[in-house]
Amino acid sequence: MVTETPIAADKVWSILEKVTDPEVPVLTIIDLGIVRDVKINGQSVEVIITPTYTGCPAMDMISMNIKMALLSNGFGPVKVSSVLTPVWTTDWMSEAGKQKLKAYGIAPPNPQQQVCRNELFAAGEAVQCPRCDSFHTHRISEFGSTACKALYQCDDCQEPFDYFKCH
Amino acid sequence: MNDQTSFLLHLADNALILGHRNSEWCGHGPVLEQDIAITNISLDLIGQARNFYQYAAQLINETQKIVAPNEEVVGGEVTEDSLAYLREAKDFKNCLLLELPKGDWAVTILRQFFFSNYQYFLYGQLQNSRDEQVAAIAAKALKEVTYHLRWSSEWVIRLGDGTEESHLRIVKAVDELWPYTGELFMKAGYEENSGVDLSTLRNEWMNKVKDIFEEATLPFPAEDGSVLRAGGKEGRHTEHLDNILIDLQYLQRAYPNSEW
Repeated sequence: MVTETPIAADKVWSILEKVTDPEVPVLTIIDLGIVRDVKINGQSVEVIITPTYTGCPAMDMISMNIKMALLSNGFGPVKVSSVLTPVWTTDWMSEAGKQKLKAYGIAPPNPQQQVCRNELFAAGEAVQCPRCDSFHTHRISEFGSTACKALYQCDDCQEPFDYFKCH
Repeated sequence: MNDQTSFLLHLADNALILGHRNSEWCGHGPVLEQDIAITNISLDLIGQARNFYQYAAQLINETQKIVAPNEEVVGGEVTEDSLAYLREAKDFKNCLLLELPKGDWAVTILRQFFFSNYQYFLYGQLQNSRDEQVAAIAAKALKEVTYHLRWSSEWVIRLGDGTEESHLRIVKAVDELWPYTGELFMKAGYEENSGVDLSTLRNEWMNKVKDIFEEATLPFPAEDGSVLRAGGKEGRHTEHLDNILIDLQYLQRAYPNSEW
């Protein structure tokens, strides 16, 4: 018998809103857009997530944290499963998430259609400095401290900063 | 083992072995940013390998249950870990290009460019595969490979069209690696029904190499007469793979089933 109630669903989603990305702790997994579905049957819950990058080591920890959060709130058994399609994109990141990233000092991802092209030495992407809001910035490296970021520097205030790359 | 699983292991082994080779740069890159870049690429490749191994393991276990439903599987079910850590060199199906030592930065860059260029067009085809899981992994990985290809292309140009020293080194790398590139487009027995059109793939790959070499002021290698080094896709490897596996598998071989 399916006993899913709107109340239980609301509760599960509000618990998930408190689970954060271990690499970027200001972002919740809801902000990131990686929770694709939640299935509730009585007290048992299945959370379906999609990975950001295939090799992202944070995914295992996120699964664990989802389980812990739901179990400690009285749900169980809890299953976390992963799907690959449709492919995750930074376009699924919430506006609130983008604001939080900026406040944290990481430039939020540009909309996908603007870039993600295969051109060399691409100068096209205008990334805004999260500190002084200048668009006079340049890319130092395509790859940053985690799979999802690139390294930039501001030409006006000189601040080096991470850019959460559009993906 | 059927063709489908062999093909999955081939895709996984390619990604794992190059991922492992690139990881040898961790802490040794020429500058910090590029050390981080090559290590990021390792991580992406190992992530792709995991996806293909997981899927292969699932298929192997399902087949086992159909063939011998009541038998206890010796050593337990196959997992992504057992496929990576407990197979012997002759069971690996990666191309020889990927097991060669990392060499200097020019060799590493050029190999990455050759392979990312290959993966870019290969995954481009596989994202339309009839096998939905392969299509999903390919579509996902293609986004990452796009970064790898852009990064490695820029570096080939930077080295080729850079200083006298950097030019000499990458010319040497071309001489060294070129004979191994042919294997990427040789059809293994298990690829009959993979849905990959290798001749289209080869043309697309070749055109990209020509464009980038031209910009990098590198002479394009003669198409005929070069020695072809192949065999890895069919399990015939160089001693370099043994050396990788000694490193990679040491812990599981010495302390079976250990976890941390």
